[in-house]
Amino acid sequence: MYAFNYHAPKTVRQAATLLAKNEEGKVLAGGQTLLPTMKQRLASPSALIDLNHAEGMTGIEQKGRNIVIGAMTRHVEVATSAVVKNAIPGLAALAEGIGDAAVRNRGTIGGSIANNDPAADYPSAALALNATIITNKRKITADEFFQGMFATALEEGEIIVKVSFPIPSKAAYEKFPNPASRYALVGVFVAKKGSDVRVAVTGAGSNGVFRSKECEAALASRFNAKALDGVKVAASGLNADMHASADYRAHLIPVMAKRAVEKATAK
Amino acid sequence: MASVTLTVNGKQVTATVDPRTLLAQFLRENLHLTGTHVGCDTSQCGACVVHVNGRAVKSCTTLAVSCDGASVTTIEGIGTPDNLHPMQTAFRENHGLQCGFCTPGMIMSAIDIVNRKGNKLDEHTIREELEGNICRCTGYHNIVKAVAQGAAAMK
Amino acid sequence: MSAKTGVGAPVLRKEDFRFITGKGQYTDDINRQDQAYAYFLRSPHAHANIKKLDISAAQKAPGVLGVLTGDDLAADKIGGLICGWMIHNKDGSPMKAGAHPALAQGKVRYVGDHVAVVIADTYAQAKDAAEKIIVDYQVLPAVVDMNKAKSAGAIHDVAPDNVVYDWHLGDKAATDAAFSKAKHVTKIDLVNNRLIPNAMEPRAAIGDFDSGTGVYTLYTTSQNPHVARLVLSAFVGIAPEHKLRVIAPDVGGGFGSKIFIYAEETVCVWASKKVGRPVKWTADRTEAFLSDAHGRDHISHAELALDDKGKILGLRVKTKANLGAYLSTFSSCVPTYLYAPLLSGQYDIPAIYAEVEGIYTTTAPVDAYRGAGRPEATFLIERIIEKAARETGSDPAMFRRKNFIKSFPHQTPVIMAYDTGNYTASLDLALEMADYKNFAKRKKDSAKNGKLRGIGFSAYIEACGIAPSAAVGSLGAGVGLWESAEIRVNPVGTVEVLTGSHSHGQGHETTFAQLVADRLGIDIDSVAVVHGDTDKVQFGMGTYGSRSGAVGMSAIVKAVDKVIAKGKKVAAYALEAAEKDIQFKDGRFSVAGTDKSLAFGEVALQAYIAHKFNGQDLEPGLKEGAFYDPTNFTFPSGVHICEVEIDPDTGTTDIVKWTAVDDFGNVINPMIVEGQVHGGIAQGVGQALLEGAHYNADGQLVTASYMDYTMPRADDLPSFDVGMTNTPCTTNPLGIKGCGEAGAIAAPPAVINAITDAVGHEDVPMPATPYAVWQACQKGARKLAAE
Repeated sequence: MYAFNYHAPKTVRQAATLLAKNEEGKVLAGGQTLLPTMKQRLASPSALIDLNHAEGMTGIEQKGRNIVIGAMTRHVEVATSAVVKNAIPGLAALAEGIGDAAVRNRGTIGGSIANNDPAADYPSAALALNATIITNKRKITADEFFQGMFATALEEGEIIVKVSFPIPSKAAYEKFPNPASRYALVGVFVAKKGSDVRVAVTGAGSNGVFRSKECEAALASRFNAKALDGVKVAASGLNADMHASADYRAHLIPVMAKRAVEKATAK
Repeated sequence: MASVTLTVNGKQVTATVDPRTLLAQFLRENLHLTGTHVGCDTSQCGACVVHVNGRAVKSCTTLAVSCDGASVTTIEGIGTPDNLHPMQTAFRENHGLQCGFCTPGMIMSAIDIVNRKGNKLDEHTIREELEGNICRCTGYHNIVKAVAQGAAAMK
Repeated sequence: MSAKTGVGAPVLRKEDFRFITGKGQYTDDINRQDQAYAYFLRSPHAHANIKKLDISAAQKAPGVLGVLTGDDLAADKIGGLICGWMIHNKDGSPMKAGAHPALAQGKVRYVGDHVAVVIADTYAQAKDAAEKIIVDYQVLPAVVDMNKAKSAGAIHDVAPDNVVYDWHLGDKAATDAAFSKAKHVTKIDLVNNRLIPNAMEPRAAIGDFDSGTGVYTLYTTSQNPHVARLVLSAFVGIAPEHKLRVIAPDVGGGFGSKIFIYAEETVCVWASKKVGRPVKWTADRTEAFLSDAHGRDHISHAELALDDKGKILGLRVKTKANLGAYLSTFSSCVPTYLYAPLLSGQYDIPAIYAEVEGIYTTTAPVDAYRGAGRPEATFLIERIIEKAARETGSDPAMFRRKNFIKSFPHQTPVIMAYDTGNYTASLDLALEMADYKNFAKRKKDSAKNGKLRGIGFSAYIEACGIAPSAAVGSLGAGVGLWESAEIRVNPVGTVEVLTGSHSHGQGHETTFAQLVADRLGIDIDSVAVVHGDTDKVQFGMGTYGSRSGAVGMSAIVKAVDKVIAKGKKVAAYALEAAEKDIQFKDGRFSVAGTDKSLAFGEVALQAYIAHKFNGQDLEPGLKEGAFYDPTNFTFPSGVHICEVEIDPDTGTTDIVKWTAVDDFGNVINPMIVEGQVHGGIAQGVGQALLEGAHYNADGQLVTASYMDYTMPRADDLPSFDVGMTNTPCTTNPLGIKGCGEAGAIAAPPAVINAITDAVGHEDVPMPATPYAVWQACQKGARKLAAE
């Protein structure tokens, strides 16, 4: 790790001020991705603005037809939250499958979404559930927020404060993990809200999380696993590496989508 | 430099450290608690697992300063050879360790599993919950048995 | 002496208390006063000439005590690292070994090769300063593909075609004759995938020079500290042996990777005098991936000749073995003498001929990894046997049974003389435990659920306790392969056992104590095992090749016998009886036919106070040493059966049942032996399903962290059903064969045989990742459709 200045603001406002002052600074949330990156000297922020001591950034509550989760809420809290399990069980299950137990005890939803790792789990839920990302400055819909691998709509000095998920009628996540890293090789989040069906795919796209038009089209008329029989997803634009070719990833998308729909529709 | 105050194994410690000091480094180098080990750089092996405010975390992926005010428990804080924690006893009785390097992290993770999932753990749950702890010696067979026995004994 | 702690009892481990309470003392847990830290600048290129190396800015960086390079090594006349086994080519000429300097001298030959070392007050300062070193590299072509290595340009001038040796074993004419009579020939092409050992404790070293005494001390993660001292003294030339102490404290796993003498510990011990401070280095995991010696990496073609009844007539094998960029300490013998002599497996094969080419590539050195040569041989023979059974329409169990060696001793055509075994017994038990007779029904049930089920066998043979020294010497070994032991009895009757074996997870502190306590009839808590320090133990060859039981413990019993013999002399004086009338049993020396006796501890006291005898007739004290050189290898064997269920939609392989039946001869502690079996299987399953080192065409290691190199985790593995059918070894006093590597040897072909059974064809690579198995399923489906 390279040396950096450390700040532990007590409020989001202080954090934003510090972030504005430190152009090369970075926000530290759970640190489960940032710290390993810094340890390998692949990132060299001049300052870390640590949100772990900032007030008012954690917690889960139902507000009307939305589940609102504070950005510094740890994955374990989402996974075990009675509110989430009741309203969006698929989201709790997704959180239960992120990293490993120790990572879930530390990692946060805000950190995961802000980082927009192309193989992270949360972006798929945010996109499929049409979440709203609430920052210290504004509200951003998931459709606008995710802008490609590690790229988001966040501007300089902007910090995620909350994420609001509309409660769907049915939703579930299915992940096929990379055997080594256990990140998603292909992760598919399916959600149905009214007549709107959204299928978001993480891990597979060379430009980060995306919606599978093929799967959505198949499920639009009938939200049933059988509707996905024979659906083919194009391999173009998908990742290829030693763990999986683009063809294999393309094949896994409807397979995982089907399993997710089975979960979502199970009684 | 930054100041950090922690309660480690029940004792309060305050130190001034370079902010880049990882919790694992702080425990090993400043406090000489060398039972917490470092086996990888990518937050996967789990040899460094300690409890922060009662929850298992990877101390190699946590800044010491970030834990300011927290209570930290390491392998040295849960039992002694004369007064072992039930999970320590279970690892010994089931031959759940060979070289011993992954063992402190394994035991700290195992206790965390019990704290979260209760005293009755089936093999499938234990294997899934141990995802973040790598052992190269045992093939996990006896670790799984140890965790099940330790969990029951923690009742 | 209670039965609870005697030989054969599952005694809980003595060493566990310190490990489960965080009190272990691994090398990185040790800190010397005023120690400095080393950071190694490593080559980012697979192959390059160093045109210029400018260290001036680094030397001036904060906290830096020294920046040392290959020129400094040369100036101090520090020699290169050695390969301790000379292999001769088919034509009798010696192998071509290029120089292996601890720090590069003009050229780097793999990514991670050592360019320079920076020593500073803190590790961070050393690492910061290393970024200020300017290296002008002239990049040369990487040599990654063994099949193209011969024309790829020389990595070492001594080997222009990158061939280290072209070696063979067996009778070519006899084998050709056998094939000419064959009714059926089964052919197979196999890749034995490259592995990275990954002991959980990364390598580490502290060099500490004492200017007052002129003695160097090296704390290091070693499986064989005496061999390290010997090499660093006699060959590298750091200091004579009496001025160099090597301590291998608690070591967190080895699996072969900590046998070897590496650049880093060599440099730390040398540099401690240069900078006048103790120098510590601890690898991070990425360094471990880049620079620990890797394992396996063979490409083979094999052919098996059968007669019309399915009896094997002959086997021929052609193998290319990747040795990496430099010859590591024992690398040359692994694909030769630890490989080809095992190609007879458990089978009566009248003629075998094997050819092996050792190839230089611009990759990390390849050396012994758990099993070392024997897994490669077993994979080959068990895959081709399985394929031959399938091609001839035979049941794979029956086919093996028909071809098993059934009478002993048995001389194979490839050096080995198996002393004993009962292969049919282990097969029978394994078939029963695996419920083989109902497999067809289980396969049908799986098919109903859209899953493919398969079963795979592996009837392996191992050769442990490599020996005898004279024989291995005649084959090119640079060392003898005996073991030493010393029994020091204290005046109060407690015992210290000093052993040249080294425990890094094997539980020697328990099993060795069990053996000695049992033999001397004393409490196990009265026995302490001392190892891993060249100042305490006189000499030893260390622990690898499953030798500590068969060789190390045999040395111990030899020394124990001497202690008992001396004790009888002391007891004779103390009990005023003739020495021939003294008996020793259950911890007491007694006079035959009387009720006069003394406990072991009382005799020890008499030996030390020496009041009852004349020092001219009998030396006081009770301490005996022994060197034990075995007369033969030992030959553990067994049958493992793997049953898998494959999800053809994803390619995921689930091991649903694992049966292991092993013949390890006599067992001291079954709990520890079973633990060794479990760990071995996990590493073998790792090779078969998960692990594979991958270099890209530029020679960059793609799998350089746990993000890309798949380590077996708890949820990748099942629990294992372990059984034993033990036939005692006939060539050592304990009847022990050895158990440390069996699982890693047996497992890979069992898994691949199961998967090929499930998918219906032989084209499944290792590691059989979900991606690879999915491809195999696609191919299987196409094949079915075509039929």
